[in-house]
Amino acid sequence: MINSHDILETISMIDNENLDVRTITMGISLLDCIDSDIDKACDKIYDKICRYAKDLVKTGEDISKDYGIPIIHKRIAVTPIALIAAACPTKNPVKFAKTLDRASKTVGVNFVGGYSSLVHKGFAPGDYALIESIPEALSVTDNVCSSVNVGSTKTGINMDAVAKMGRIIKATAEETKDRDCIGAAKLVVFCNAPEDNPFMAGAFHGTGEPDCVINVGVSGPGVVRAALSKAGDCNITEVADIVKRTAFKITRAGQLVAQEAAKRLCVPFGILDLSLAPTPAVGDSVAYILEEMGLEQCGAHGTTACLALLNDAVKKGGAMASSHVGGLSGAFIPVTEDAGMIEAARSKALSIVKLEAMTSVCSVGLDMIAIPGDTTADVISGIIADEAAIGMVNTKTTAVRLIPAIGKKVGDELNFGGLLGGGPVMEVNTKSPAKLIARGGRIPAPLQSLKN
Amino acid sequence: MRAVITVLGKDNVGILAKVSNVCADAGANIIEVTQSVLQEMFAMIMFVEIGDIKIPYSELSDNLVALGDDLGLKVHVMHEDIFNTMYHV
Repeated sequence: MINSHDILETISMIDNENLDVRTITMGISLLDCIDSDIDKACDKIYDKICRYAKDLVKTGEDISKDYGIPIIHKRIAVTPIALIAAACPTKNPVKFAKTLDRASKTVGVNFVGGYSSLVHKGFAPGDYALIESIPEALSVTDNVCSSVNVGSTKTGINMDAVAKMGRIIKATAEETKDRDCIGAAKLVVFCNAPEDNPFMAGAFHGTGEPDCVINVGVSGPGVVRAALSKAGDCNITEVADIVKRTAFKITRAGQLVAQEAAKRLCVPFGILDLSLAPTPAVGDSVAYILEEMGLEQCGAHGTTACLALLNDAVKKGGAMASSHVGGLSGAFIPVTEDAGMIEAARSKALSIVKLEAMTSVCSVGLDMIAIPGDTTADVISGIIADEAAIGMVNTKTTAVRLIPAIGKKVGDELNFGGLLGGGPVMEVNTKSPAKLIARGGRIPAPLQSLKN
Repeated sequence: MRAVITVLGKDNVGILAKVSNVCADAGANIIEVTQSVLQEMFAMIMFVEIGDIKIPYSELSDNLVALGDDLGLKVHVMHEDIFNTMYHV
């Protein structure tokens, strides 16, 4: 029996608290598109994406209308392109990026992820060329997202790749400096990258995945904050219970959408990602949830504890609501995409140092942070190494998505618009880790990896 | 198979009749209506059968939302499964 309270609560969640399903992401394997002739490979890729995803956007819109739940994004994740590019070693892989971009525009999705390379233990054929091509690929395309996995708990951290990615991030920002360095906002460096993550910019379709799959990312920080606000002065155990109950409801809505999308598209349902993903819209902020728990502003001492509780409670509430949970599943803390984080960064309540601590308990890592344009590649590599170490030792995904704001300094602003938002350039520690980065080699896998 | 129509906004004459007319035109049978007016604010929840309607469900939904826009009311049309899924284990 459906009661009026439940109906009105759901309507209020949608109208006032930004309840939505953030993304339906179709994962497509491109392994059968491999060809030593790059033009043939690109034709096969374009045809396969257009064939498999031709109804993706319309299906998403239909489901949204039928169930009354907004579905914000429809996206595509593909096999890491380095695997495809390995077959044509003498060619510039940017051609693949342009093909992905063209296919994404034909089917009407707003992002396609998978211009990626997995080099956590070393470089295979295709990896060098792909990574070196990232700055150009992200500057000449609109919808392509790129990611590189440089470490894992099982393998340790590839410090050669860490060194390279510091330079690549900076070069990507340089290539797109006329557009607020937006290229770097579409590039993620991972440790322990999940192969079924539906969220951009880090989505790709892992080699263990089926030919085609539907993964769904839920959202709803505004709903969680509103539920805590209504609860008033309760103790922290009750706060955790409220988050769990709310996460359960949000996840159930996502599960329904995921199953329905899989059924209508005749594609297997992969996973539901339980992430609380903020947007720059007022009220749709993870920082505001932390502040609702009792902080004067996000970044204050106590923030890491609040985030740990939130991340854990979201998982506990969501795990029972979905048949398959995967991806990143937790609370995202992308600074430029979260109104509360932007305010906290502007007022200097939130620093990169504090954000790094927060990444040890959130679902991903240092995400969407603008740093001064003159930050050296070595410093960026140092930040990547620290973040990868947190992920490696804690057996969790961590990531770095930094935007070097070329020509700007601390306090200046970047503005990407839309979902990527904008925000202030944050201060970084400029002491040089150059000698460490120049050593190269591989940080050995930690004892945590020896589980067999 | 049922849909839940909710109508929220400033009270006026004939809201229930106009919403019912759109449902009748589509061949959607009204099963249950709950309505209240509190300090001029009108709130109605209507359950309608959509299994045998004459037009696509999405068209019925569009028509009702358009009617709401004309009357200055917020209309939501949602499949009942969303509530069954969110609120029942």
